[in-house]
Amino acid sequence: MTLQLTGSWYLVLAAMIFAIGAVGLMVRRNPLVMFMCVELMLNAVNLTFVTFSRLLDDVGGQAVVFFVLVVAAAEVVVGLAIIVAIMRRRQGANADDVSLMRG
Amino acid sequence: MTGFVAVLAATEDIPTPDVDWSAIAPNLILMLGGILLLTVVSVVRGRLPGWFHAVWTISVATAAIVAVVPLWQRVQDSGPESVLAGALVLDGFSLVVTATICVSVILAALLLEAYLRRERLGGPEWYVLMLLSASGGVTMATANDLVVVFIGLEILSVAVYVLAAMHRRRVSSQEAGLKYFVLGAFSSAFLLYGIALTYGATGSTNLSRIQAFLADTVITQNALLLGGLAFMLVGFGFKVAVVPFHNWKPDVYQGSPTPVTAFMATAVTAAAFAALLRVYVTTFGPTYRTEWQPLVAALTVLTLVVGAFLAISQTNVKRMLAYSSINHAGFVLLGVLAASAAGDAATLFYLVAYTFMAAGSFAVVAVVGRRGDGHHDLSDYQGLSRSRPGLALVFTILLLSQAGVPLTAGFLAKFYVLAAAVESGYTWLAVLAMLTAVVSAFMYLRIVVTMYFAEPEGEPRRPRIPAAAGLAMGLCVVGVLVIGIVPGPLSDVANDAVSQLVAVGR
Repeated sequence: MTLQLTGSWYLVLAAMIFAIGAVGLMVRRNPLVMFMCVELMLNAVNLTFVTFSRLLDDVGGQAVVFFVLVVAAAEVVVGLAIIVAIMRRRQGANADDVSLMRG
Repeated sequence: MTGFVAVLAATEDIPTPDVDWSAIAPNLILMLGGILLLTVVSVVRGRLPGWFHAVWTISVATAAIVAVVPLWQRVQDSGPESVLAGALVLDGFSLVVTATICVSVILAALLLEAYLRRERLGGPEWYVLMLLSASGGVTMATANDLVVVFIGLEILSVAVYVLAAMHRRRVSSQEAGLKYFVLGAFSSAFLLYGIALTYGATGSTNLSRIQAFLADTVITQNALLLGGLAFMLVGFGFKVAVVPFHNWKPDVYQGSPTPVTAFMATAVTAAAFAALLRVYVTTFGPTYRTEWQPLVAALTVLTLVVGAFLAISQTNVKRMLAYSSINHAGFVLLGVLAASAAGDAATLFYLVAYTFMAAGSFAVVAVVGRRGDGHHDLSDYQGLSRSRPGLALVFTILLLSQAGVPLTAGFLAKFYVLAAAVESGYTWLAVLAMLTAVVSAFMYLRIVVTMYFAEPEGEPRRPRIPAAAGLAMGLCVVGVLVIGIVPGPLSDVANDAVSQLVAVGR
């Protein structure tokens, strides 16, 4: 018996990766790890787009992936810059330390 | 090899869409204005004076507003058009939001000039980022494709993340930047996942095609589409800070440099609501209204109540205004929820009125904050009526307008939104909204009472009011009063704009 890899397998995989990213972002406190989780979420979306593109036989979904990649790169640049700016002022990066404001 | 050449020869003509440059002129002006400013300051020898950047930014935004006028005429005469192969849409709605964003750029630039001088910060980057961010907002407002909505949102947000963290010496500014960035990226991912699911269910990301597809297809298994709608709602919900996705807003508003807060409260909110309205009301309104309305109604209830009640318990004025802006977001959401022409007009009216109210209020906060941008406690407002009677009066007018007192813009904005909600059968929600308005009125009056009646401890401070900030406040007060006393023109424009919110096919 051979296992047929239909489109829904990829969709489920993507949903799982997305969930891992989302939960990771909420659970982990290191900004760098939080970044990775965002990347995980965006790549799960990319996988979803590509799968749908294949299932629908429409190239549009694959084109979207390029936009997402560019946006993700831009986001990382900005995010790392902010982290570097914070790290200059204090030792170690931990999101819980960055909490002057509450209420 | 020959095959390859043959393929190349066969695919010589890649069909490219016609570009109607005049239709995207406002957006181009903002974007090129930002890039040119960066180029000019890099090429010119020596340091340009600080006011140059502000004057440039204000001129660019004014030019963009001027460019909107002929387009508005064109849309009035010949109806909405789709531009760039259906990626963007030119209609009255998008043009009004464009103009609103430009107005908030002008107001924020005025504030920024005074602020940077006081804080001894400088550089054109603030203004460049603001112009680019505004161009992203305009892209969002004119988007006719979910992917374009996403790209516009990112252009808008990425620039604002940086702006929030730009104050080098304030740790809270960097904290605000980090918080805004992490939650912003999180929400973008949700929005994008929603777009992906919608694409899977409908076969297109183009809003006109999605609308057409849903109009003549009955989807039996619509779990994908419903999931897509829910995820997109979470994404937009974070951007406009709808409860329960609001946690970032007080921290980010408090920590960001105050002019940037003013920009966030006005331009970012307007752009995000414009996109939300276009996706949910225009695209999914005709066919899927009954599916998303209960969800949005629940969010509206939470937003109104939580925004109002958390605002009263604050003692930091900047934070109070942040929570009150959550309450305002609830009111705007009420207009979206109505999902009718009246609701769209009311939403638009509210966004324009709120631009003046919020920008003006944060202008006062920026001035009272003094050097270091840290004096935002309620006690810093004690005795302001004696040390700075004009400033206290301006703040009072703006706060009363936010509370919804008649003869101010806020009253009519609330009135139109409530009327639209009642018309669509949400009477109970309208009543609830009015109750929360009373609760937040208490908070606004508390600030007013502090300014006028509280005895200051020691000599009351006399904050300096720079000319540019004074001008911005003046413009906001005039705007609030003019809209409040002569609402006719704006409400006509809002009504005309809405009647054309029709997604157009290719």
